[in-house]
Amino acid sequence: MAKESSSIPCTPLLKDELDIVIPTIRNLDFLEMWRPFFQPYHLIIVQDGDPSKTIKVPEGFDHELYNRNDINRILGPKAACISFKDSACRCFGYMVSKKKYIYTIDDDCFVAKDPTGKEINALEQHIKNLLSPATPHFFNTLYDPYREGADFVRGYPFSLREGARTAVSHGLWLNIPDYDAPTQLVKPRERNTRYVDAVLTIPKGTLFPMCGMNLAFDRELIGPAMYFGLMGDGQPIGRYDDMWAGWCTKVICDHLGLGIKTGLPYIWHSKASNPFVNLKKEYKGIFWQEELIPFFQSAVLSKECTTVQKCYIELSKQVREKLGKIDPYFTKLADAMVTWIEAWDDLNPPKVAAEVPNGPAKAK
Amino acid sequence: MSLKLEDNEVDIVVAALRPNLNTFLEEWRSFFSNFHLIIVKDPNLEEDLQIPPGFDHQVYTKSDMDRVLNGASINFSGHSCRYFGYLISRKKYIISIDDDCLPARDNSGVIVDAVAQHISNLQTPATPFFFNTLYDPYRQGADFVRGYPFSLRDGVECLLSCGLWLNIADYDAPTQIVKPHERNTRYVDAVMTVPLRAMMPLSGINIGFNREVLGPALVPGLRLDGEGKRRWETIEDIWSGMCAKVICDHLGCGVKSGLPYVWRGVGSDADNAMDSLKKEWEGVKLMEEVVPFFQSVKFPKTAVTAADCVIEISRMARENLASLNPVYAQAADTMEAWVDLWKVAGS
Repeated sequence: MAKESSSIPCTPLLKDELDIVIPTIRNLDFLEMWRPFFQPYHLIIVQDGDPSKTIKVPEGFDHELYNRNDINRILGPKAACISFKDSACRCFGYMVSKKKYIYTIDDDCFVAKDPTGKEINALEQHIKNLLSPATPHFFNTLYDPYREGADFVRGYPFSLREGARTAVSHGLWLNIPDYDAPTQLVKPRERNTRYVDAVLTIPKGTLFPMCGMNLAFDRELIGPAMYFGLMGDGQPIGRYDDMWAGWCTKVICDHLGLGIKTGLPYIWHSKASNPFVNLKKEYKGIFWQEELIPFFQSAVLSKECTTVQKCYIELSKQVREKLGKIDPYFTKLADAMVTWIEAWDDLNPPKVAAEVPNGPAKAK
Repeated sequence: MSLKLEDNEVDIVVAALRPNLNTFLEEWRSFFSNFHLIIVKDPNLEEDLQIPPGFDHQVYTKSDMDRVLNGASINFSGHSCRYFGYLISRKKYIISIDDDCLPARDNSGVIVDAVAQHISNLQTPATPFFFNTLYDPYRQGADFVRGYPFSLRDGVECLLSCGLWLNIADYDAPTQIVKPHERNTRYVDAVMTVPLRAMMPLSGINIGFNREVLGPALVPGLRLDGEGKRRWETIEDIWSGMCAKVICDHLGCGVKSGLPYVWRGVGSDADNAMDSLKKEWEGVKLMEEVVPFFQSVKFPKTAVTAADCVIEISRMARENLASLNPVYAQAADTMEAWVDLWKVAGS
């Protein structure tokens, strides 16, 4: 086997800076396949559904597990903002984490192989994506210019080549693609077999559908925007949790000058959910979406919104004002968005920066 | 991919900057042979062109340009000679590939028909209003993903298809100097729409476009003082690409980027790049002014064609940029002359 060139930089593990958040109602057998890649990391398991059920976590994984009783205990009345009987509950994991980065993955997602047959270390690719800049202000036709073997193309302005900080890394899926219910019904056999070897930044001002199946983000940069909404039990809608978080996150990233990348890494999505069940969940969303998109496309945040929390509260006001008339659900959602930020700030009090004087220069 | 290719709807424009087109045309023969070729000779090239037999083609030279220009001051030398080809074509679609590019092979080793891919890009809708994370939803085996609004799934007409390059990528001079040995070996199997309001650098090396609608927008407007023959000594395609993009955005049409790849063979000599750096540095500086300018371009509702929009851009360039550098005043003049010419000779 050829010796690895020392000039190829190694991606840091970040094992003490990254938490893996997994929502589950079934079991965590899928973790066995991920063991070589996930074992160094701390897992935050958010158990949805019946809290009296015991979810067995495979041996050897450092983890904390929260069920509905824990969520109620920790958040008290604010627990109402966390969805029940929907994987949207995963955002509770983001809130309780103490790490800088989050990787979230669904329990029916497995390790994929690249076209050479090599197993893909999805977490490593997400880390690469998050640690290198994004380029939201100008599209690079050779995609991510910071990747090995690529660069900015002729005509790309030099003043924009430093890029912006990357807040989110959105990965994709081979096998079962993330289609909505109508598309699933029309194309039940379609499988995604196309490996597109690219990472790219979604341009500023452009919205996209963010899928929560294989997603990583910088919690310190954008965490409070990653609220996955009110879905599931007692709610009129489902399967729009990650979409909602994605639209809010994109508007806020655009406002704060942060970047969102999409593309690699791929995971292997094994389970196709029931399209009839999905259709019921998505039904209202399909119509509401038509109003939500223009809302987000035209959302403007004021200059005073200098933190993610401020941006999010401002957005919640606009949701209440402009979307409340579509359905009372949006008024409830606006309330929940505020509750989420309150809960986030309770669990993540701002660090007080200690006054540390510069020490003497260390001799080299 | 078996869309019916309307052979009589496509012209392939070849800018001949060097006399020997034998290798280029032989390598492309199987993909070019169904189409009419417009071969435009760089007016500064003195030697006769060598063209292998069997191609339906027409060669245009300096005398043709002079005749059509009839005194108008548009400079068609160097890489800009291809714009003459765009002007005098009568077809709906134009495909243009630099003469130092050969067909590429995809990841399975199959030779890529770049012409067919450009036509496919132009004949399937673009989706500029919302980003699809599975890229082109109209491709076999792909679709719109969950969360993509249904009202946007019809897409809009694609007017411009920007292809890419394996081997020697289209880098500028400074990048060539820093990375003289870098080769692009990554075949990214995707076509995607460049979203509304996102700007991008158009590389004229490998493109296809809808001449009927967009033609006037591809304009040889911005020339560097010391513009040369090497790609990294030019900026005409970058300027015309930015015009094309803002115009497509205004007209509610799309621009795609990605496949097809061509294999680009010119060696990048670091010494050559060093010389170019002196010439291209001007271009690099200009981009810093050009980008904010295009970001601020707004068209009135009365601008409903590409030609209308080009006139607006030239007016705005004269107002906002001319004071910064004489090349912009020149660009504005050229753009106006271009639209006039287009009305006479182009439509």
